[in-house]
Amino acid sequence: MNALEVKHLYFKYENDWVLEDINFSLKDKEFMAIIGPNGGGKTTLLKIILGFLKPTKGEVLIYNKNPLENRHLIGYVPQYTNFSLDVPITVFDIVLQGRIKKGKFFYSKEDKKIALETLERLNLLEFKDRKIKDLSGGQRQKVLIARALATNPKILIMDEPTSAIDMKGQKEILNLIESLKITRVVVSHDIKILLRKVDKIAYIHKKAVVHEGPKLNIPKDVHFCEIELIDFLKVENVGTDTK
Amino acid sequence: MWELIQNSIYAGILISIAIGIIGSLIVINKASSITGSIAHGSFGGVGIGMFFGINILFSTSIFTIFLAILLSIVTIKFKHRQDSLISVIWALGMSIGIIFVSLTPGYHSDLMSYLFGNILLIENQDLLMMFGVDILLLISIILLYNRFLLMSYDKEFLFLRGINANLLYTYFLILTALTIVMSVRAIGIILILALFTIPPIIAEKFTKKFYSMMILSAILSAIFITSGILISANYDISPTPVIVMISSLALFLSMLKK
Repeated sequence: MNALEVKHLYFKYENDWVLEDINFSLKDKEFMAIIGPNGGGKTTLLKIILGFLKPTKGEVLIYNKNPLENRHLIGYVPQYTNFSLDVPITVFDIVLQGRIKKGKFFYSKEDKKIALETLERLNLLEFKDRKIKDLSGGQRQKVLIARALATNPKILIMDEPTSAIDMKGQKEILNLIESLKITRVVVSHDIKILLRKVDKIAYIHKKAVVHEGPKLNIPKDVHFCEIELIDFLKVENVGTDTK
Repeated sequence: MWELIQNSIYAGILISIAIGIIGSLIVINKASSITGSIAHGSFGGVGIGMFFGINILFSTSIFTIFLAILLSIVTIKFKHRQDSLISVIWALGMSIGIIFVSLTPGYHSDLMSYLFGNILLIENQDLLMMFGVDILLLISIILLYNRFLLMSYDKEFLFLRGINANLLYTYFLILTALTIVMSVRAIGIILILALFTIPPIIAEKFTKKFYSMMILSAILSAIFITSGILISANYDISPTPVIVMISSLALFLSMLKK
């Protein structure tokens, strides 16, 4: 069963087509990078996958169902810079929020145990009683990953997880994402993500150029410009669903 | 002396409990301008009540709940223009109030008490309403604490957890509206916003958890209101401005803490 399927997806904002005929699929436990320039439609695609926006045409399936029906299977990691975290809340309480569920008003002992275990797994236990705003950018992003993992997701979707984070923090976060044994989708404008063991790459700029694994052999010292990257993906993309 | 200020001290404590809860939610949700809009717009309910000769508390409650729902729709559906629309509703509510007050014959002696409030003139009926709203707020915060906290910084995550964030936000604004109505006669429409937000802003600086922020806000608010009542009763001056002066002074002092 595919973890994620995007079929003939179109999205129009006012009179402009933001996305046109996007097609790709992702198998269980695979790691996909969605890359592309700012304004190319990545964020719109992400919002449709998450069920925040409805496509104009086509469909998105998460484990064979509409994203709204299977939203409990999604662990979403937004960019930590998207919201102000000056709310008086500790790291532990943020991770615990991953256990919030419809129809349940209080956290159980089990919820607290899961939150603590997730913090431990991500080496965040020492920060558990700290206010989130007292942490570095990289640590904040890791806390949001922990919150998403505490939901016990089958698919983890991350929006620019390395943006506005120093090099050391970026490496740590990418190592963490790589080590996870669930389906992962990372949306990023930073093509350094391609140096990682991704199974599939979708380059989104209105349309999609999709490369399916094995890992791209990009030499570490090569810095692609966008056009080179598209050409590279097209050349590499033998026998896959290039659009 | 005690008999004169007894009801106002009780009112001060009941209002402080509400400020602790709803004021803290207003601050973390950055909903000050929406609260200002509901508070000032509530004057429409006062005017309608006066004109039709119905219970003003009742007409103001209905009108402010209507404004809260309207503001919720506006902020959710028209995000890019929400600032301007909040101001429009602010002015619209006041205009409706002024028109109806102008059309109401006779001298309106208690109009000033709605605009500027007078906690020294609180009656048992007002205390009863305050008590009722406090109970509603306490039940709501106990049940919805985790959701409210998540709503304040990440509505999308709330949505993914299967919770209707828009409905929750509307409920928060309705609770805000009811808290405004219960406090109007004591604090007044004009200065309500300052009193609702200053204690939580101070408390936020000294607390790590949201529930401690709410408790500290309530305590600070009770201290400010009680000292304001005592000063105004002794010197025969309007209590709300004295309370706002004390609160503002405390706010500026708290800003010295980094």
